[in-house]
Amino acid sequence: MSSVDTQAQSTPPVRIKPGNIQLDQQGKLRHFLAIEGLPKPVLTKILDTAESFANSHEQREKKFELLKGHTIANLFFEPSTRTRTTFELAAKRLSADVLNINISASSSSKGETLLDMLRNLEAMHVDMFVVRHGSSGAAHFIARNVPPHVSVLNAGDGSHEHPTQAMLDMFTIRQHKPDFPSLRVAIVGDIMHSRVARSQIHALNTLGVGELRVIAPQTLLPAGIEKMGVQVYQDIDEGIRDVDVIIMLRLQRERMHSAFIPSEHEYFSLYGMTEARLALAKPDVIVMHPGPINRGVEMDSAVADGPHSVILQQVSNGIAVRMAAMALAMRNPDGSSAS
Amino acid sequence: MSKNQKRIHIKGGHLIDPANGIDTITDLWIADSKVHAVGAAPDGFTADQTINAAQQIVCPGLIDLSARIREPGHEHKATIASETTAAASAGITSLVCPPDTRPVIDSPAIVELMHHKARQAGQSHLHMLGALTSGLEGELISEMISLKNAGVVGMSNANYPVQNAQTLRHAFEYAATHDLTVFIRPNDPSLSAEGCVHEGAIASRLGLPGIPEAAETVAVARELELIAQTGVRAHFSQLSTARAAEMIGRARHDGLHVTADVAVHHLYLSDVDIRDYDSSCHLLPPLRSERDRDGLRDAIKRGSIDAICSDHQPHEPDAKQAPFPDTAPGLSGLDTLLPLVKRLADEKLLSLAEIIDRVTATPARILGLEQGQLGVGANADVCLFDPNMSWYVSADTLNSQGHNTPFMGWEMHGRATNTLVNGQLIFSTDHD
Repeated sequence: MSSVDTQAQSTPPVRIKPGNIQLDQQGKLRHFLAIEGLPKPVLTKILDTAESFANSHEQREKKFELLKGHTIANLFFEPSTRTRTTFELAAKRLSADVLNINISASSSSKGETLLDMLRNLEAMHVDMFVVRHGSSGAAHFIARNVPPHVSVLNAGDGSHEHPTQAMLDMFTIRQHKPDFPSLRVAIVGDIMHSRVARSQIHALNTLGVGELRVIAPQTLLPAGIEKMGVQVYQDIDEGIRDVDVIIMLRLQRERMHSAFIPSEHEYFSLYGMTEARLALAKPDVIVMHPGPINRGVEMDSAVADGPHSVILQQVSNGIAVRMAAMALAMRNPDGSSAS
Repeated sequence: MSKNQKRIHIKGGHLIDPANGIDTITDLWIADSKVHAVGAAPDGFTADQTINAAQQIVCPGLIDLSARIREPGHEHKATIASETTAAASAGITSLVCPPDTRPVIDSPAIVELMHHKARQAGQSHLHMLGALTSGLEGELISEMISLKNAGVVGMSNANYPVQNAQTLRHAFEYAATHDLTVFIRPNDPSLSAEGCVHEGAIASRLGLPGIPEAAETVAVARELELIAQTGVRAHFSQLSTARAAEMIGRARHDGLHVTADVAVHHLYLSDVDIRDYDSSCHLLPPLRSERDRDGLRDAIKRGSIDAICSDHQPHEPDAKQAPFPDTAPGLSGLDTLLPLVKRLADEKLLSLAEIIDRVTATPARILGLEQGQLGVGANADVCLFDPNMSWYVSADTLNSQGHNTPFMGWEMHGRATNTLVNGQLIFSTDHD
């Protein structure tokens, strides 16, 4: 005969309240996992801090001692050269020690779980993980499983968020057009699969942009996108009319094989950015792209290399913004903010 | 085995036996593994044991239409012994195990092995669904008659939809010829694809691949046509969308003989509960919208969904310790089935007697079993529960080997105190 312990049943268990995992008790950045959930002052602080680093660049003062003695591990479960390089440069400019770990499918097939891998790295006294992973929620999962002195920066998780990319985009917009409430912004392309787009939508709405539009064929729009605070357009000529900022998204070539679009040619004819289309936007419109660009699919070379393009500025701003995120999120061994 | 059985008197409980229309305080007398009498003491009955059931509900033992017990093949998650014991402690006296064990339940030897293990454990009854197609591969019809003779209660292809409509049609025809019920968990795999949550605003926000409502409704539409064409007796398992429930309600209205169940958690939770990637809410079928949850409740109330099950899927802790899409789907549901079902009566969805019917007499009817009722001569599978006992869901209070439940920390009202299977008291919280 089996039985249950009736004594144990009367006491409520201790439940941990799921607060905002990204902020510490003082409301400062603790992990940088997603734009969603971060208040405007935190985003502004990241931009301001990035600005101080960017200005110092101009004074050729390239190295800061801020994170000397701290170790940052770049944990990349998906191949990436550009993003990983800018994170690495940012860490080095803050004098941190950097560990680059590229986890191919083969090492996870050895049977080691993600948690085991984290435990091993923690034993090497890593203070911050910069994580890119193919599964949405991976950065959240890791953040929930690290000790209090370890921070996590999301460098892209599945189709969820890519917060540092969005912040470097905000930084670039602010350089050109600092008054967000007066801006009309359009994001064009594969919204459904884009973690960049989700982060941008949250960032632009938190920073109070005047009007936010997304432009894409129905097949590349995620269900319920309008609930994220955007106006949906299927017709690009209508959607980009009088906008101040155009953000083009990358179209993965494999999308055609899953019947999201018929061909690159037809996609370009309907959604590609040309000089003729650009004329529909505000005369001083800026054109952005998170890279790498598929020329002739998302945009004409004339636009990518033209006077409205700020694409290369985005790349250089990436370093300052990532330095800011690292400096703000880094913890001391006692768990307090290191900055 | 009836020779050495105790004669038991269950005294002064509130007997709810929906199949026999009983809903009153009375006594139950059990002898030779059967219900010997209801009400006044039969002449010459001397009880070996009296169970004081005052302030308690006495009802037929619950029949759970879908519970994975993980054996054979996944014993690190749970075993026949662990889960039939957990079931008994939760007032569930019969479990129906889908055929996706390893090896698959597609041969009489597996059925016999599982029956043997369940008899050895000596806890709740274990019933099995046989694989509709060999190896659940969707290509060859399984040896249904051999499986039927070995004792399966129906046929199913579990979570592996038969994609070829001609194969499915033949399987339905074959099952119909031999009077077998087919259990269908409707899903069109080309639409559910790599999805892990309900397609909607929440999936979009979390960047998780969605499973559209159409993955369920397209499958229901196709299956209803083939059921009508073949005349097979069919049961839809674990509906998750309000629309699918409506489609089945309409088909029944048009005279088709189909039944359906819903997992109890779909009547309480929705995709909102996923929050920031809570992997205990990674389920298949997924938690749908709040509108679906309310629609499924309505379908239970109107009767277009007949029964409620736990869709029990216990896991070891590691299976849920990973980024959300990489975790194993499913929840451990045996321990919470009774209190969650009872809460539907507390919330006035149905009366307590009606709701007990949905987990006893109705599933018995769907399975063609004589259990699920406590008339004189019935098999004495009995559940006694204290409807007011308050308890919190925690690792300490769960008896299943799997602790993966989104109800962790919830306060529950109602818990089994005594469980009888074949007239034998196999679980009791009375220590004296």
